[in-house]
Amino acid sequence: MKDMHEIRLTVNGHVHQLVVEARRTLADMLRHDLGYTGTHLGCEHGICGACTVILDGAPVRACLVFGVQADGTEVRTVEGLADGEQLSDLQQAFSDHHALQCGFCTPGFLMLAEAYLAEDTTPLTEEQARELVASNLCRCTGYQGIIEAVLATARARRPGRKPADEA
Amino acid sequence: MIQWVGAAVPRKEDRRMLLGRGRFVGDLTRPGLLHAAFVRSPHAHARFRRIDPAAALKAPGVQQVLTAESLGDPYLLATLERDEFVPTAMPILAADKVRFVGEPVTLVIADDAYRAEDAAELVEVDWDPLPAVTSIETASAAGAPRLHDHGNCLVDLLMFDDDRLSQIFGTAPATVSATFRSARVAALPLEGRACLAEWDDRDDQLVMHVSTQVPHQVRSGVAQALQMPERSIRVIAPDVGGGFGLKCVVGREEVAVAAAALRLRRPVRWIEDRQENLTAAFHGHEQQYQVRAAFDAEGRILGLDAEVDCDTGAYSVFPFTCAVEPLMAATELPGVYKVPAYRARGRAIATNKAPVAPYRGVSRPQIVLVMERLMEKAAAVLGLDPLQVRRANLISQDDFPYTGINKITYDEGSYRESLDLAEQIVTDRAWAAERDRLRAAGQRAGIGYACFSERTAYGTPAMSQRRMRMTPGYDTAMVRMDPTGEVIVTTGTCGHGQGHETTFAQIVADRLGVHPGQVRLRQGDTDLASYGWGTWGSRSVVIGGGAASRAADVVAGQLRRIAASQLEASPADIELAEGVARVRGDANAAIPIPELARLVHFQAHRLAEDLRYGLEARATFDPPGTFSNACHAAMVVIDPGTCAIRLHRYLVVEDCGVVINPMVVDGQVRGGVTQGAAAALLERVRFDPEGQPVSATMMDYLAPTAAEMCAVDIVHLQTPSKFSETGAKGMGEGGTIGAPAAVLGAINDAMSGTDVRFDHIPVLPQDVSAALSGAGATS
Repeated sequence: MKDMHEIRLTVNGHVHQLVVEARRTLADMLRHDLGYTGTHLGCEHGICGACTVILDGAPVRACLVFGVQADGTEVRTVEGLADGEQLSDLQQAFSDHHALQCGFCTPGFLMLAEAYLAEDTTPLTEEQARELVASNLCRCTGYQGIIEAVLATARARRPGRKPADEA
Repeated sequence: MIQWVGAAVPRKEDRRMLLGRGRFVGDLTRPGLLHAAFVRSPHAHARFRRIDPAAALKAPGVQQVLTAESLGDPYLLATLERDEFVPTAMPILAADKVRFVGEPVTLVIADDAYRAEDAAELVEVDWDPLPAVTSIETASAAGAPRLHDHGNCLVDLLMFDDDRLSQIFGTAPATVSATFRSARVAALPLEGRACLAEWDDRDDQLVMHVSTQVPHQVRSGVAQALQMPERSIRVIAPDVGGGFGLKCVVGREEVAVAAAALRLRRPVRWIEDRQENLTAAFHGHEQQYQVRAAFDAEGRILGLDAEVDCDTGAYSVFPFTCAVEPLMAATELPGVYKVPAYRARGRAIATNKAPVAPYRGVSRPQIVLVMERLMEKAAAVLGLDPLQVRRANLISQDDFPYTGINKITYDEGSYRESLDLAEQIVTDRAWAAERDRLRAAGQRAGIGYACFSERTAYGTPAMSQRRMRMTPGYDTAMVRMDPTGEVIVTTGTCGHGQGHETTFAQIVADRLGVHPGQVRLRQGDTDLASYGWGTWGSRSVVIGGGAASRAADVVAGQLRRIAASQLEASPADIELAEGVARVRGDANAAIPIPELARLVHFQAHRLAEDLRYGLEARATFDPPGTFSNACHAAMVVIDPGTCAIRLHRYLVVEDCGVVINPMVVDGQVRGGVTQGAAAALLERVRFDPEGQPVSATMMDYLAPTAAEMCAVDIVHLQTPSKFSETGAKGMGEGGTIGAPAAVLGAINDAMSGTDVRFDHIPVLPQDVSAALSGAGATS
């Protein structure tokens, strides 16, 4: 017997109403029931962060959240970052700084950084950027480009402000 | 005109990935898609009598349960044409015996992935456990349990020998001997393996989307295992989320899913989960070296004698075989040093663990570590500076082309120059002063170096030395211009993060005088490209890019002749640049290249007969190989209390010849260094004595995060290769190759003032703690 639940949520501004099995993860629901395949699964046990999405403003591992828990929430996925076909500043910075190679982990890093940059308005030091980026795993880049991209975006979004360690 | 090669052209791949529109196997779906889950062995070594699928077959949504018997016992067989090689057929599903935990036994197909996994737990197997061997030592012992009928030694090759060695060792001013070990590690691409197979009635083909580095070898493997003609299988690699060698071999799971799709005539998808990936996919680098080396008083090496043992796991991988590590190690151990007398024996030992695939670097991380430690040990014995000992032995400019005792010819490089420059930069940046300050403040700090070359772009001239039944090496490209002047390039290489869509476009754009944005690379499709060997072994830009360059040259010749006919000039006077064909020195005599393309395709009758029909060419490249090289320098700081080892500074001076795209090259170096440094500091696949994997999650298998890394500074030297079309040398593995030795050297330097030195990787905090408290190093 499947334990089914009817839920309603908003993903990237679009309202979805669907019936999901209780055990279905948010990641599987986004990917396979709603078609947001940009959210990737790297470990399905909460370590790698490839599945990071923004749930009501906070970054979460979509593999550790059940779909039913997203009932009534607003979810942002990587598909919601760009303005139409125009890359966001963060996405463009990832390309400019070679912050991706195979691209599999990239959506998770984008959503992690997007959530942080939207919430925390204090200037970001390189050490803080490294610590933030250390939340997720990338096997290709060695992280340097990701750190540079996050820093560049933070600085561009808050011009004229210097982090404490550079003041 | 060279305009694009050498430029940091932004990657074409980025946009779709950043928008979340990459297309990985797990993103693909089909109407009526079925899902596969494997029942895997819970035992490291066991026989089994009966598989009972009854309960699974009754479970909701289950369509079929497949066993070796129901599939007709298919297998993959990789063979080396050498007497010393023992072939081990790898069954697609185990028939009556399992040889490692995680070996696939049964395949459950259901209408939903969750239900497939549920049902897999209901399959009952009558196990009869056998004693397992989980190390080179236990597997080699007399009377050890045997994995295969003929014993556990699958390869035993005396690759080189020299009668003079006993005399050399008897009379040398200094000899050093040591045993070096490196742990089993996992490639750990962020996307695990994945496969979607479906029968296409219209094309009379099995179409497989596979997360692979080698689409053609997957096709060959499936064709051989299921006894099908190759043309009736089409393998497509869509976006691939990292490989690092794990996906340059053919997985039995891919063949099993193919067999299921054939049988059910329904699309079937399998997505490997992380536990499967860490336990039942392929591992690498578990090796042991017993080495002695003789030196003269100035530190020049006189003789080298090595016994190399590789723990190869349960089976040979397809198509490389289990000889890939020992052959590489025994052949290339001398590395960048002039060794006058050499003996090397390489063995592959089967154990009850997952098979070993050619993980990034393939034995080179180990042999570089061995040679660098020998240099450091000799320096200590002789009271010399370790860098001077290296210089006394390095192959130098006067020596090129240098043919070593290992019968390998090294093309021009900058072995000495890269070391000199690295030392200079380290001096300029006052690393030693910083180290000494840290030491004065109570920390343990050390600096280490690694000098090495990386043999890349092995064509069949090099690969044939191994005597594989399937000998890789060449690759073929097709370059085609369409009526709008846009260019399509096909290749048998298969990029998966290396930026080939960009770098190949740069190479071809220069040849044709067009913008890289007008050049589209199509790859990873066996129906689109000529038979090719995929992407591994730092081969793609040299071999695949070389083939594309050659084919583009032919098309450029076609364009020049057609333009010459229209401009009443000689083809030799036509240059292709900035989107036009123009007469050199005459600014007015020019035709846009798209106009020529239109003319050829739509107005063929207006051209002379020998100029008609098509702007396209096919070319193959099959080079002997070319050596890139580098010198790495690392600084580590070890906390005196916790013994935590922190990577503090890292410098790479590297020479991969002509740099096609510096941004891409730096990215490859940084990613490689991260994997190599992690192999020295963190990563190890662990088993308990019964062969149960105990590092089956990312909590237990520690891949590095950003917090474990430091910035990696990179400086380029450029010694162009004469053996490549573009002057480029392969460089995809160098970072991984040099980093373990440099980091280990830094750790050992940090042990200065004690008699503790490490000859194994990874060196863990508990090793440092135990060694410093006098308990001896543990591994």
